[in-house]
Formats: sequence, structure tokens, C-alpha cells
Amino acid sequence: MGFPPEIILEAVLNGLLTGAVYGLVALGLTLVYGVLHIINFAHGALLTAAMYGAYVARTALGIDPYVAALPLAALFFLLGYAVQRLVIGPASRGKDENILLVTLGLSIIIENLMLAVFRSDTRSIDAPYAMDVVEFGPALLGYPRVVGFGATILVGIALYLLMTRTATGKAIRAVAKERTGAALVGIDVAHIYAVTFGIGTACLAIAAALLLPSFYVSPRVGNAFVLVAFTIVVLGGMGSVVGALLGGLIIGVVESLSGLYLGESLGQIGIFLIFILVLLVRPTGLFGARA
Amino acid sequence: MKAVLPILAFAVLMGLAPLMVASNVVLNFLVFTLIIALAAQGWNLLGGYGGQYSFGHAAFFGTGAYVTAILQVRYGMNAYPAFTAGIGFAALVGLVIGFLAFRSGLRGSYFALVTLAFAEVFRVLANAAEMTGGAAGILIRLQANPANFQFAERGTFLWVALALVTLALLATLALERSRLGAQLVAVRENEAAAQALGVDVLAVKLRAITLSAAMTGAAGGLYAQYFLYLDANIAYGTWISVEALLAPIVGGAGTVFGPVLGAVILHGLGEATKSLAGSIPGIDLVIFGIVLILVVRFPPRDLPGLLRLRRRA
Repeated sequence: MGFPPEIILEAVLNGLLTGAVYGLVALGLTLVYGVLHIINFAHGALLTAAMYGAYVARTALGIDPYVAALPLAALFFLLGYAVQRLVIGPASRGKDENILLVTLGLSIIIENLMLAVFRSDTRSIDAPYAMDVVEFGPALLGYPRVVGFGATILVGIALYLLMTRTATGKAIRAVAKERTGAALVGIDVAHIYAVTFGIGTACLAIAAALLLPSFYVSPRVGNAFVLVAFTIVVLGGMGSVVGALLGGLIIGVVESLSGLYLGESLGQIGIFLIFILVLLVRPTGLFGARA
Repeated sequence: MKAVLPILAFAVLMGLAPLMVASNVVLNFLVFTLIIALAAQGWNLLGGYGGQYSFGHAAFFGTGAYVTAILQVRYGMNAYPAFTAGIGFAALVGLVIGFLAFRSGLRGSYFALVTLAFAEVFRVLANAAEMTGGAAGILIRLQANPANFQFAERGTFLWVALALVTLALLATLALERSRLGAQLVAVRENEAAAQALGVDVLAVKLRAITLSAAMTGAAGGLYAQYFLYLDANIAYGTWISVEALLAPIVGGAGTVFGPVLGAVILHGLGEATKSLAGSIPGIDLVIFGIVLILVVRFPPRDLPGLLRLRRRA
């Protein structure tokens, strides 16, 4: 199984780049978990919805996904806010198992609405730059992946600033640490929950815009990313933002290398092994606190 | 004995259906609903009585289905031992997943997540492996002969499925009244308290998931024998994980009749929607999702109370 070093280097670098966008998908999931202490099972379906959003922006309005990313993020922030405030919050009445079921119900509804509207065809956009490459030493890197990597870093910095420098960020961190205490000092917990859910969904919208040029979209495409995102979150530690980003990079490289050695269709097996391993050895993940 | 009567009444009434209805569409609907009810009864043992919500019962359903099919097609085994082996393998998969998950103390959403991931992994593997026929799927040869667990009449198959569902109902009733059932409910209500009282929580959960997986695996084997075709998206698809969970939640989790009731309500609703909305794909599942959220928001056991309040006001 000897591959020349530059092929392996290229696989590792491309894995890192793709992994960054995986990390962005996982970031939304882990953020919601960290604050609301729920696993959002509608995450994959919302990603699918965002990818269709970017797809429609491109095909119906002629807007490039990279340009559509910010307006789409704003739109999905509002959508996420509304979903948490109007559906998940009231329907779950504060019980964990109810939240599980409500987000599962949402994912079924969203996924099948997409199926009803767009049918089961797989679609893609023909972005002129989809096949472009960037030279990096001896390695050739896909242009959409390089953009995705850069954008993820920008989103990471923006989130960091939001969390540390703004009143909203402070309130989010306060609610995450101690919900009752936060409510006592006058923080509107329901509002902060919805804001957090909105931010998580906005991350998805950006990830969707970054993925669209190099991935096809179908009503079930979100599922493919969800297993990956869950693995990343479990690996990085539930609720850990740094864990999500680093976990994303690790998973990206693992997927890329196992794809190289085992072939495309079994590439996900490497991810599976990591999942089992983390589960057995350290269920709280690399950066997580005790559950 | 009193509690057995409703189960026997259900079996007799449902058993009359093939004698009264000749329509293949109706019989098809009933058989399919019975298969789902069996899978859902399996989920109910672990999720309803034990409070461990699995989102990945497809792992057991698919294993039961694939083992039943593969032993016949690849190894020339007779359908009955193949079906039995399917149940055994499903139970084994349940035990292993249960051991991995419960040993690490995974609960609530974490457990749901892990079961979901296992089912997805099985789907990816089955889609790539040669043994399962890969993406093309696996076909069981049509030999309509009772010796092959295949029947020329849909009505006969309905009786077989009904017999299995009735057995599952009786088994659930027996569990409910057994020591294991009581311990399981104790674990659901308060794990720490159960442990303090000397309940071996891990052992109880492992027994529950093994039984649960066996029952859902039986539903998978039944599915294989009825439709005679499987692929990874059918056997290990999220649809069956969702169906297995939805029926008990809607019909009443942790009750003997909940899964059957839920399966009938959901599929009745699904068929009604399909006939009203025409050929829009996925529209029945949209309704399922809405029903799920509504049931969580307004639990049926609260409904009589709500009605009473309204009347008083």
C-alpha cells in the first residue's frame, strides 16, 4: 500500500480543508448542546434545507453560493430562532426526552417537505470554479475546499469575538453555566436559548453555502453529514467549541486517508472506528467535561 | 387471565379480516401494519418500559431481515431456521450495542445518538458489502410454499404475522408482570434509586435491549419473507427506526397495546393522507412528524383532563 509521499500529503491537506467545514457543521451542533443541553436531531435536515436554499439562490436568482452565504446565514438565524421559540421550547415543556422527540419530528417534517418539493433527484450547481485547484508546494488543493477552510476560520473568529466581547455572548455563557442563576439576574433564558439555536442554524447555512459547489444536494444529503458531525462532537466533547473545530480537522484527515487506502465507499469506516473507540475509551470526548 | 382477554379478542377480530375482505390492498395494508407493530413492540420493551429511547432500531430490524435472507440465498438454508437465526443475530447485535452503550453509562440523548449512529454504520456497510448484494440488494427466490415460509395467499401471511404479534403482546404482558419488568420500570423512573435498592441496572438494561432487539429482528425477518427483497436503505434505513419509535409514542409507550394502536393510527392516517394528497412523495411522513410533535406537546393521557377542564369552564 505504498503511496508516494506527495499523494499522502495531498490527501492529508485536502482532508484538513474538508474537515474544517465538517467542523463548522459540528460547531452548530455542539453550541446548541453546550447551552441547551439537547442534541438537535434536526441538524442534518436543517443543513439539507440550507443547501437547497443556496441551490435555489444560485439557480433561480443567479447568486453565487459564496455571495449568498451571509444573507442565508441571517435568514437561517431567524428560522432557527423561530423554531426554538415557537416549536421546540413550548412542545418539549423542559423534558429532555421530549426535546429528543420534537427535534426528531422536525427532522422528519423538513426532510420530507424537501422531498415533496424537490423530489428525490440529486442536484448540483455548475460553479465555474468547482474544479479549480490551488498549488501548495507539491500538493494540488481544490479551490472550494480552500475557500471553505478560510471561511470556517473567519466564522470561528467571529464566534469567539461574539462570545467574549458582547453582552449577548456573556449572557449565552451565563445560561450555559447556570440557567437558574442567569434567570435570577434578569437574563431572558428563553430568548438566549432561541438566539443560541439561531446561531447554530446560521453556522449550518454558511457550511451549506461552502459545501454546495463541491457536493450534490438531495433530500437526504444531511444524513451523510450528520453521522460525521455527531462523531466529531463526540470526539471533541459535547459542548466544546474548540473540540468541534479540532475534531472536524481530525475526522476530515481520517476520512481522506481511509478513502485513499480503502476506497470511496468504505471511507466512512474509519470514522466508524473512531466513533466506537471514543465511546469505549473516553465517552466524554477529548475536550469534554464529565457528562 | 383477565388481562389476556383483550389480546385474544384482538387476535380473533384481526384474524377474521382475511375471511371478510378479499381486497389485496387492504390485506397488504394490514400485513404491513402488523410488521411495523411487531418492530414497534420491540422498541416498546426498551423505550417504553425501560425509558431508553433508541433512535436506531433499524440496526436490529435490518439484521433480522438480512440474516433471514442471506442464509437462504447464499447458504441454501430453509426459511424457518434462517428466520430463527435472524432473530438470534438481532438479539446478539442488541446485546453488543447495549453493552457498548450502557457500560459507558450513556443515557438519554447520548444513547439515542449512539443507536442512530450504529444503524447508519450498518447501512453503509450493507450498502458496500458483497454478502448483502451491495447497492443492488438481495432477492429471495419466490417459491410460494408454506415449507419455505412463503404463502400464495396474503390472508395466510396475515395470520402468520398476527400470530407473531399476538405472541409479542403476550410476551410484553408477561414482562410487565415479571420481576424484570418491575426492575425495568424502576430504572426508567429513577436509575439512582433503583440502584440503591439493589437493582443491577446494567444487567436489567442488557436483558431489555436483547429482548427488544430480538422482537424487532423478528419483524425484519418477517418483512424479508413477505416482500422477498431487501436493500440497505430498506433494512437499515432510518424509516424503520422512526416507525418503531413513533408507533409506541403515539399509541402509548410502556403499555401492552400502545405499539399496535399507534401503528394502526399512523398507517391509517398515512394511507388517508396519500389518497387525499395524491402522489406527493413523503407527504405521509410529514404528517407523521407533525403527529409526533403534537403528541409530545399534548400527551394523550392528558387529554381526558383537558376535556374535563373545558367542560367545567
